[in-house]
Amino acid sequence: MFSSLKEKIGEVLLPGDEFVFESEDTIFLTDNVKPERPVCGPGLRQSGNRLVVSKSGVLRHKPPHTFWMDSQQWRYVPAKAETVIGIVTSKSGDIFKVDVGGSEQASLSYLAFEGATKRNRPNVQVGDLVFAQFTVANKDMEPELVCIDGSGRANGMGVFGGGGLLLKVSLGLVRRLLAPQSDIRSDLEQLFPCELVVGMNGRIWVRASTIQQTLIISNLLQSCDTLTAPQRREQFRKLQKGGL
Amino acid sequence: MKETPLSNCERDFLLRAIEEKKRLDGRQTYDYRKLKITFGTDYGCCFVDLGQTRVMAQVSCELVAPKENRPTEGILFFNIELSPMASPSFEQGRQSELSVKLNRQLERCLRNSKCIDTESLCVVSGEKVWQVRVDVHTLNNDGNLMDAASVAAITALCHFRRPDVAIQGEEVTVFSPEERDPIPLSVYHMPISVSFAFFQQGTFLLVDPCEREERVMDGLLMIAMNKHREICSIQSSGGIMLLKDQVMRCSKIASVKVSEITELISQALLNDKAARKAGGKCGFAESMPQDRITALKMDQTDVEMTNVSQTGSGVILQGDEAPPPTVPSPVVPVPGVGQVGQGLQSWGLEEEEEDDDDEEEEKGYFEEEEVVILYPETTEKSK
Repeated sequence: MFSSLKEKIGEVLLPGDEFVFESEDTIFLTDNVKPERPVCGPGLRQSGNRLVVSKSGVLRHKPPHTFWMDSQQWRYVPAKAETVIGIVTSKSGDIFKVDVGGSEQASLSYLAFEGATKRNRPNVQVGDLVFAQFTVANKDMEPELVCIDGSGRANGMGVFGGGGLLLKVSLGLVRRLLAPQSDIRSDLEQLFPCELVVGMNGRIWVRASTIQQTLIISNLLQSCDTLTAPQRREQFRKLQKGGL
Repeated sequence: MKETPLSNCERDFLLRAIEEKKRLDGRQTYDYRKLKITFGTDYGCCFVDLGQTRVMAQVSCELVAPKENRPTEGILFFNIELSPMASPSFEQGRQSELSVKLNRQLERCLRNSKCIDTESLCVVSGEKVWQVRVDVHTLNNDGNLMDAASVAAITALCHFRRPDVAIQGEEVTVFSPEERDPIPLSVYHMPISVSFAFFQQGTFLLVDPCEREERVMDGLLMIAMNKHREICSIQSSGGIMLLKDQVMRCSKIASVKVSEITELISQALLNDKAARKAGGKCGFAESMPQDRITALKMDQTDVEMTNVSQTGSGVILQGDEAPPPTVPSPVVPVPGVGQVGQGLQSWGLEEEEEDDDDEEEEKGYFEEEEVVILYPETTEKSK
């Protein structure tokens, strides 16, 4: 059933390309075999038995049924359950207003931190960075963030400590950094130890042991957008040889 | 729209980096970003790239009545437009504080220094003078708009050519560029502004701040100078206290930078002149930087061609009858149009019977025939 889709995996598709699923001619003897539906990720839209591409990019597949379009853009649109780096812009009453790079500022309640109660408020000032995830993110409502997961634990989220530098990169680079087997991450590991926080809204926070190293990593990451893989490996190799 | 707020950690990092004499892009304290000057196809159109900061200056002129208290001088008018293209915080049409400040600085730098000879712009004393208008548009803001704008304005003024004018007694004739070559403005000297950003109450200074450095700076010192080491304008903003030897040191740095930049401008003007003479391509399209994102680069892919012929014939069958083979007459019957000859019957190249000096006569080779006037007013076709 997915044969037409599977042929196109790894190819460039344009918005408007369609895939139609024909219904099976044979009738199954057993009733509890349900027809398989594909799970559509970003860039694909499903209506009835048609699958339409809505963003240009490369078609990717994860077995058994998941398909999505791998596209490149800079502007972030909030989506549920994505972890982002936000900048606190104001405190009003019980909530913080956080800028995440989208069209609206998101709201973050002060109770949405691990171990926070009405008496024990979290230590967040205007201008601080927070790493949080979206609980509400659709086009009709104001986005909402929380710094705890479902069971009430922080799980790596919360307010940032001091130091480090914040960069803005494209969303494609961010997804490549967060992929399970990431070339860029393994290349970075060879260089020197550093702390990296990657937000899905295109913001990366870097901290290394010296300011010089932090600046080097930030310039490398920003240039990775426009370098092909061999060029990037060449850059990293030059740095390693050059020493610091 | 509001700009992205600056987080505390970025501010602290930048200040600490400056204390260790490190800049974000690896420059030294007194280094300028890469300055690139290109010209458009018209005279007086100039693009300046200072790193990622990009501005465009366009010079134009028209004949107006002079000011009453200066009947023998031409008029110079400067305008800097902060377009929303440059930064999300710039609003179209609204006079922000930054826009007023930049306009005022550019005027002080170029008008009060008398770098253009305004007496030569006078045509008829007391009645007609040339008004030269410089419009600077900001295309991208990555810090230090003032320096980029001053370089763009003075380069565009040097590049500009105004129409030639002849006065015979009472009659004034303005020649079009085709009749007589336009003449350049008389520029005495080229004032260039150099900006210094101060941090930590004047302890550290940086030349040519980029946008993030501008957001954390305490104050800004702008020195406009020409290559003869004459200071045309000094302006300090931000309310920082500067010592006398700091200002002297800045002016020494500025004179070095200004002579380098003036050299660059003269070289760019020479290159453009040579390119125009040789007939090469010049203009905006040639100067566009080619930035490609190679993150999702693919090798050549085959195009699906299996059912092209089927869909093609299907479209033809569905379509209406074919259009008529004859081409309707291209002559548009409106006032001001005449028709010369019968038009071409075939597209073959016939012998040229006209001389080729006139470049406008490129279409059609026809024999000398009389002009058929379709309407009373016709434009004369020069042969």
